[in-house]
Amino acid sequence: MLKIEDLHVSVEGKEILKGINLEIGKGEVHAIMGPNGSGKSTLSYILAGRDGYNITQGRVLFNGKDLLEMSVEERAWAGVFLAFQYPVEVPGVSNIYFLKAALNGIRKFNGLSELDAMDFIGMVKGKMKDLDMDEKFLYRAVNEGFSGGEKKRNEVLQMSVLEPTLCVLDETDSGLDIDALQIVAEGINRLRDPERSFVLITHYQRLLDYIKPDFVHVLAHGRVVKSGGPELALELEEQGYAWVDQKVAS
Amino acid sequence: MAASNENLKDLIGQEYKDGFVTDIESESFPPGLNEDVIRAISAKKDEPEFLLEWRLEAYRHWLTMEHPEWAFVEFPKIDFQEISYYSAPKSMADGPKSLDEVDPELISTYNKLGIPLEEQMRLAGVAVDAVFDSVSVATTFKDKLYEAGVIFCSFSEAVKEHPELIKQYLGTVVSQYDNFYAALNAAVFSDGSFVYIPKGVRCPMELSTYFRINAANTGQFERTLIIADEGSHVSYLEGCTAPMRDENQLHAAVVELVILKDAEIKYSTVQNWYPGDENGVGGIYNFVTKRAECREENAKVSWTQVETGSAITWKYPSVVLKGDNSIGEFYSVALTNNYQQADTGTKMIHYGKNTSSTIISKGISAGHGQNTYRGLVKIGRKAENARNYTQCDSLLMGDQCGAHTFPYIETKNPSATIEHEASTSKISEDQLFYCMQRGISAEDAVSMIVNGFCKEVFKELPMEFAVEAQALLGISLEGSVG
Ligand SMILES: Nc1ncnc2c1ncn2[C@@H]1O[C@H](COP(=O)(O)OP(=O)(O)OP(=O)(O)O)[C@@H](O)[C@H]1O
Ligand SMILES: [Mg+2]
Repeated sequence: MLKIEDLHVSVEGKEILKGINLEIGKGEVHAIMGPNGSGKSTLSYILAGRDGYNITQGRVLFNGKDLLEMSVEERAWAGVFLAFQYPVEVPGVSNIYFLKAALNGIRKFNGLSELDAMDFIGMVKGKMKDLDMDEKFLYRAVNEGFSGGEKKRNEVLQMSVLEPTLCVLDETDSGLDIDALQIVAEGINRLRDPERSFVLITHYQRLLDYIKPDFVHVLAHGRVVKSGGPELALELEEQGYAWVDQKVAS
Repeated sequence: MAASNENLKDLIGQEYKDGFVTDIESESFPPGLNEDVIRAISAKKDEPEFLLEWRLEAYRHWLTMEHPEWAFVEFPKIDFQEISYYSAPKSMADGPKSLDEVDPELISTYNKLGIPLEEQMRLAGVAVDAVFDSVSVATTFKDKLYEAGVIFCSFSEAVKEHPELIKQYLGTVVSQYDNFYAALNAAVFSDGSFVYIPKGVRCPMELSTYFRINAANTGQFERTLIIADEGSHVSYLEGCTAPMRDENQLHAAVVELVILKDAEIKYSTVQNWYPGDENGVGGIYNFVTKRAECREENAKVSWTQVETGSAITWKYPSVVLKGDNSIGEFYSVALTNNYQQADTGTKMIHYGKNTSSTIISKGISAGHGQNTYRGLVKIGRKAENARNYTQCDSLLMGDQCGAHTFPYIETKNPSATIEHEASTSKISEDQLFYCMQRGISAEDAVSMIVNGFCKEVFKELPMEFAVEAQALLGISLEGSVG
């Protein structure tokens, strides 16, 4: 599904990603962990196509196509979804209108007609119920005045409505209380599908108790310094990143 | 990011859709202004003596006045002798006719603008007065309104049919000496709309006037007078367009609203005069005096305006709150793109006790546009417990445009409560990226963000107008408001 080859990215002359290689197959869940500032969010922005980065080397293939050649919307239409570490507020635009515009944008690209308004509302309300979200959020402006946890939950709502094929979640667990974490994790698990892949960026093993990853990667100083199975996350939790640094050094 | 600024520019730089010219034979006065021209306009309209005198007094006073220079706009000096002060389609020479006799060219002009005048195609629930250059060419649903006791007709017709109302109310809110352009208007105004809602009547449909400038080198000077008698209610809409021409054209209107006890007027404007091209050539100079007087207690008025057109806009719909407990509201969206300049805002003058006013102003600047909010909140000595809330937000697109705010406050009564909030923001790259990441195209994302910014104003507009206003600001936005 996704193949990242020798990806180098710099911002304002400073190299942030220094040769990332990663391959994510259909239906797989990959967790990416790593110290603050190691480049995890940068990697997620590159996948989504954010402006302002200099890709100096390497390539990214998404279902065989050159992802880096595609515009931001084209990537979204093709099924790339990024749950933001810091979801953005859009004042005056209601959540329901936003979701509808997004879904219809994607449907249009796929040659589907716009969803009937009643069907749409019904579908969204169903997903909100699954995520234990109050319906009043539909009529509030996108993320405006939402608490940190509410914003994260809203990201997962958008993801469940849009049903992307590649879900990149950047610290969606940060800021969630214990109960919310479980609900959101269940929401994500519900979306697991042989045709859908996940990249979970997280600092905490706790999330991985709920969503079992197939692979865990450690990103440090712009490189994937270690990859392994779920047990790698447990080791990290115990030993901290210094342990990885030592391993890499030796 | 420079690239995205370019995008923004493209997205909002849509072409002016209403810029066509109607090929119709017109009778126009030669350019120039003197007492004879005023007499000729008055004679054309068969006006009573008192009105001619009123015009001449205004003209004589105007001659002593200086052109105002305080607004934050720049334009070359206007030569008032180069303007023609009257132009009307020849077919209208014999005064207003029944709709069946209106020139098909005119009907088709309004059709093109989305304002069908024909009986079978009329906008449901909206009565229209269509003003073409200097004259009103048609008023729809007149009979139906008359049954309800509502008078809705062209100003010229009102002068003929209801001279006592004109005499009683004309110039009582905006006197013929009020300011430079109001005096000029009083001297040469040619037509406009007149509305009278009798005691206790809720006007059964929305009333609207659609102004169209067609002839070249002509100024449009129309005058609107609306009187809401005790306990009555009316919602009035105003729309404006003009052809694309390289010369600037002057539009100097006066609107007077009189609101009596327990009555309410809701006045909405979607102003889309030709704004000039992307280099700032051509466009309408829109210098308008609009004022409402809440003359008695519990009177209420709200001005809602969406200003997207005109090369220069200079306009301050104001409210004089005389009656105790009266309420004034001003909701405004002003967009300036390319080289457009807008200096707009409101005056809320509190004289009565417990009077309250609300001002919500949203300025959007793009290209080299300059957008100024200028507002005055004045609390008189006797205005016990007056309240005002003002919110002024500016949105900038790109870095060549400007937003300016000049809020003035004068209070002579210490019991007043005045709140003022202001903000300036840019469409952020983060917002655009977020929307686009969700599959919303750049175009839709910009208009969505802009419309979100304007939401508090749009929700004050009647439904049909809200849709038109959104379409003017962006593209395909059905449903984002409400
Ligand atoms: N636009 C930018 N300008 C300058 N430096 C940047 C920019 N964007 C990212 N960086 C730097 O790149 C590095 C990687 O940032 P990134 O946000 O990807 O880290 P992260 O791994 O997501 O960290 P965290 O765990 O704290 O979220 C940081 O040192 C950051 O300061
Ligand atoms: Mg991060």
